[in-house]
Amino acid sequence: MASPKYFYSIAGTLIPWIGSACLLLTLAGLYYGLLVAPADYQQGDSYRIMFVHVPAAWMSLFIYMVMAVAGAIGLIWRIKLAEVIAISSAPIGASFTFLALITGSIWGKPMWGTWWVWDARLTSELILLFLYLGIIALYNAIEDKRTAARATSILAIVGVVNIPIIHYSVEWWNTLHQGPTVTKFDAPSIDISMLIPLLLMAGAFKLFYAFVLLMRARCEVLNRERNTQWVKKLAGIS
Amino acid sequence: MTFSEFIHMGGYGFYVWTSYALTLIVLLANILSPIFLKRKVLKDITTKAQRATRLQQ
Repeated sequence: MASPKYFYSIAGTLIPWIGSACLLLTLAGLYYGLLVAPADYQQGDSYRIMFVHVPAAWMSLFIYMVMAVAGAIGLIWRIKLAEVIAISSAPIGASFTFLALITGSIWGKPMWGTWWVWDARLTSELILLFLYLGIIALYNAIEDKRTAARATSILAIVGVVNIPIIHYSVEWWNTLHQGPTVTKFDAPSIDISMLIPLLLMAGAFKLFYAFVLLMRARCEVLNRERNTQWVKKLAGIS
Repeated sequence: MTFSEFIHMGGYGFYVWTSYALTLIVLLANILSPIFLKRKVLKDITTKAQRATRLQQ
């Protein structure tokens, strides 16, 4: 079932469907977020940055967890596909982390009066970016891809300690960054007109991750299975 | 709401649109990168195979 050849073909079928669903959700999210939702009573229209900033930040954590769990599965059960999923997630996660940091910075300038502060939330998110970059660099530095996958999985698992720090940083330390408004245990303190586009965009970002993850994983599978008959046939040799 | 009001974003136009533009760039890069990667991998496989057959001759 988890054979690379089977994965390659099933992923190829899924990609256009996931991509279309992602596009639809994005358009709906943009429509509700930019045109329907009213301006915020405190932040005016600047809060609309939230609709890209918050999903990007959520994805930066979510993708890291997927990467660490897939890495652990690859380590324990030696499943090649899990290694592929883990390593293919790294650049996507890094780009979402970068996006969360940069859009947060652009939002911080008009609201806090500064592009950057060295507080717990921002610093721990920056460390997450360095973790992602370290994982990518480590994987590329080792020639044998299975050894490389093992080394990066261990690094990814160790880095998981940073995830709760990022999540709870706004509660554990005093910070300029606002607290959570959606994932609180009681009712979310965000108006429904703003919650709808936020959730639509969050869904769109999740689908986008699945979309580009499958594309990347297919490349990784081709590269690793280059000596098999089906890849040779696909590349037009023999 | 007029179009210019929409672009103006209550005075925050620069910040809002820069954020959305950067998001678009990052998402596009994520789509294009595996497309080029696939091309590169396939090309690498064929060139190495050609070299191998040349060595055999």
